[in-house]
Amino acid sequence: MEQPYAIEMLHITKRFPGIIANDDITLQLRKGEIHALLGENGAGKSTLMSVLFGLYQAEEGIIKKDGKEVQIKDPNDANDLGIGMVHQHFKLVECFSVLDNIILGVEPTTKGGVLQKAEARKKIIALSDKYGLKVDPDALVEDITVGMQQRTEIMKMLYRDNEILIFDEPTAVLTPQEIEELMQIMRNLAAEGKSILFISHKLNEIMEVADRCTVLRKGKYIGTIDIANTTREELSRMMVGRDVEFVVQKDEAKPGDVILDVQGLTVASKAHSNNAVKNVSFQVHAGEIVCIAGIDGNGQTELVYGLTGLEPVSSGTVKLEGQDITHAPIRKRSTMGMSHIPEDRHKHGLVLDYSLEYNMVLQRYFEPEFVSKAGFLKQGAIRSYAERLIDEYDVRSGQGPITIARSMSGGNQQKAIIAREIDKDPELLIAVQPTRGLDVGAIEYIHKQIVATRDAGKGVLLVSLELDEVMSLSDRILVMYEGEIVGELNPKTTTVEEMGLYMAGAKRGATSA
Amino acid sequence: MKKEKTSLLRNAGVQSLLASLLCILIGLIVGYIVLLIIEPSGANKAITTIIKNFLTYSRTDTQLKYLGNTLAKTAPLLLCSLSVLFAYKAGLFNIGAAGQYVIGAGASLYFALALNMPWYVCLIAAIIAGAVLGAISGLLYAYRNVNVVISCIMLNWISLYSVNTLLTSVKDSTSPYTLPLASTNPSAVLPTLGLDKLFNGNEYVTIAVPLAIIIAIIIWVVLEKTKMGYELKATGYNKNAAKYCGMQEKKNLVMTMAIAGALASMGAALYFLTGFEQWSCSQASVPDMGFNGIAAAFLGGLSPLGSILSSFFIQHISSGGAYVDKTMYCAQISDLISSIIIYVCGFVLFFKYAMNKWLDRSAEKKAEKEASKDEKGGAEQ
Repeated sequence: MEQPYAIEMLHITKRFPGIIANDDITLQLRKGEIHALLGENGAGKSTLMSVLFGLYQAEEGIIKKDGKEVQIKDPNDANDLGIGMVHQHFKLVECFSVLDNIILGVEPTTKGGVLQKAEARKKIIALSDKYGLKVDPDALVEDITVGMQQRTEIMKMLYRDNEILIFDEPTAVLTPQEIEELMQIMRNLAAEGKSILFISHKLNEIMEVADRCTVLRKGKYIGTIDIANTTREELSRMMVGRDVEFVVQKDEAKPGDVILDVQGLTVASKAHSNNAVKNVSFQVHAGEIVCIAGIDGNGQTELVYGLTGLEPVSSGTVKLEGQDITHAPIRKRSTMGMSHIPEDRHKHGLVLDYSLEYNMVLQRYFEPEFVSKAGFLKQGAIRSYAERLIDEYDVRSGQGPITIARSMSGGNQQKAIIAREIDKDPELLIAVQPTRGLDVGAIEYIHKQIVATRDAGKGVLLVSLELDEVMSLSDRILVMYEGEIVGELNPKTTTVEEMGLYMAGAKRGATSA
Repeated sequence: MKKEKTSLLRNAGVQSLLASLLCILIGLIVGYIVLLIIEPSGANKAITTIIKNFLTYSRTDTQLKYLGNTLAKTAPLLLCSLSVLFAYKAGLFNIGAAGQYVIGAGASLYFALALNMPWYVCLIAAIIAGAVLGAISGLLYAYRNVNVVISCIMLNWISLYSVNTLLTSVKDSTSPYTLPLASTNPSAVLPTLGLDKLFNGNEYVTIAVPLAIIIAIIIWVVLEKTKMGYELKATGYNKNAAKYCGMQEKKNLVMTMAIAGALASMGAALYFLTGFEQWSCSQASVPDMGFNGIAAAFLGGLSPLGSILSSFFIQHISSGGAYVDKTMYCAQISDLISSIIIYVCGFVLFFKYAMNKWLDRSAEKKAEKEASKDEKGGAEQ
């Protein structure tokens, strides 16, 4: 029997100056179903959700809750209707504990206003055990991993007993095992009668967990289909409007000289007294893609910080093309031929309040091409350089080079960083989660760029949490577990299961690199 | 590339100007209301006196003379506001402009009165002293993560009492004030280059006025057109990204504070070396010039060029306040009114934000209308 609808958004139209973000979109979420919302960056998913949360008012169309029309004027209305959301960028107070973050806004108090944390703690631990979220209520948010922060966000929703749960790209930062667990949680929640809206570009996950899927493209409603009667290929065609290659096309690697030589590298941890990276040694050759795989928080971030100079290393050596750069300043590493696509594009990758063109020269503004001897910026040269990159790498933005980076979509921000880092013509490209939170079209493009960099005879060090990406892109896989490299695998001969065992620390192999 | 036609109101410069004018208007209205509350009968006259300032005088040559006074006081305020906005662009809030101003006054007067140095040496001494003071806050922040605001506030007081002590050695024996500059060491007085003749022989109008404007233009060029400005602003917007791309963000922070300090203390030198005012060695509060610099910076839309106008306006109002009828209002009324106006001036950024919101909304409505027209026009498909 068909369940009644929990939330219906009927014929929603929302315009912005110069663009129709949502053009007559209908989304109907049944009670107790997992409904996927699929679309590329800029397809209008975020706008639609903002309308649902009352952040924007739709010009046309109505919203119904349990069959009755409702007005959602601001997020408080949405909260009152039992709508909760896990955002892609977390909304957590860093210096608060997990518990404090969860109860923030709905603090249990006595009549006198004294916090009753014990009660909240009980509820949180019960929920945590029930769904296997394993959150530690007393850990500080700034000390826990991105994956754990997200679980805190999920817990916030569960704690509030929300009826309608929206997950915005929830798996982007989770490990394969965590994703499995999350899928199970979502199924359990749905079974309990909660309605789940699952925003994602990951077709595998949608195929696995969703009951139905609504597809948007360029602000238009493409259709809603039953997952049982569709294929991955059909979904991607609906989303992108054309066929997409899922397998990365690449030839056999032809490894050349050693580009990056890391010996006995140890990096201290900021979160705890243990070292985050322990005595790690490996090499990256020209013309190969070496991938560091592992579950989030096993030292990959700190390894990259050590290699790129963002954090000092405790011991060991790093050599780039034979030259010792262990303690070299960041600028020197960059000019010697190291490019770095950072894990967090907002924190490190971009100056969000700068224009796109200024961001495009962030690694090169000091070169004579862009600055005169007297120290004046050559605005014309910067403009034409940015225009060339925008053109070549298909970076889309509202106003071209003068667009403020903050106003661009995540995918295009990432494309801008990739354009900047690859066009620098590096000898070594360090790419950390380069496709995090991006849609299939952009992922396909970025993978092609990385392979092209390899084929141009450069060394590539890829750090990724996505097993598919690791398997399809890399020529060699190094698995990191608790700060050590516990195994080197060949993507052609290994399986996802075997890699998973290494990632979980169940297996340790020879670490000869 | 197709250039989008944008509304004139979207232009950042126009927005800043409108927001600033709005602030001024609201400030005047609130000030007027306060005057009405205190003494209704004199309010009209008082507010017009404040706005008129030197225009209160009927004779043109007197007007010119008092305009000269306002200008002489505008130069130091402008430099203080440049100090604040320069640091602000790099993400630092230089509330220490007040203390740097004090140090500048101390250094320039000590070199002039105790060491009998010519004006340019005094000026350079002030600049160096301010740069050092600013750099202390910068160093503490960059290497020890000491909040700039806190270290600046403490340094403000340390500077005040140090300067009071230092200048006691060149104090007039009968008053708390330092010795008059023009009679003690004429070579330390800033040259007028004939500017005094333009203002009816007002000898306080010196090269300080054009120099301050030139500095404002230089600061604008540095911030907008140079590699240094690019780095400073990048550091201000996103410290992590600045570090990621290899900028020496700590060095940049220290240098920013040093330059900010140099600007504020140069402002003091450009004021006290005119001889307009003597330093009172018994003063127990930090002169408000540095704090007014904060208001001037925000009222000027955080633009060096806007600061020129905002500094003049604030000084104009402050000077005008001095002419208010003291039989109706107490002597502090001028300070009160100008501080109300200055306070409201701090809302420039808020007004800009509100203006953008309003523009967005009206643009949306317009798009909506056009879209419904289109639908009526072409109902095909």
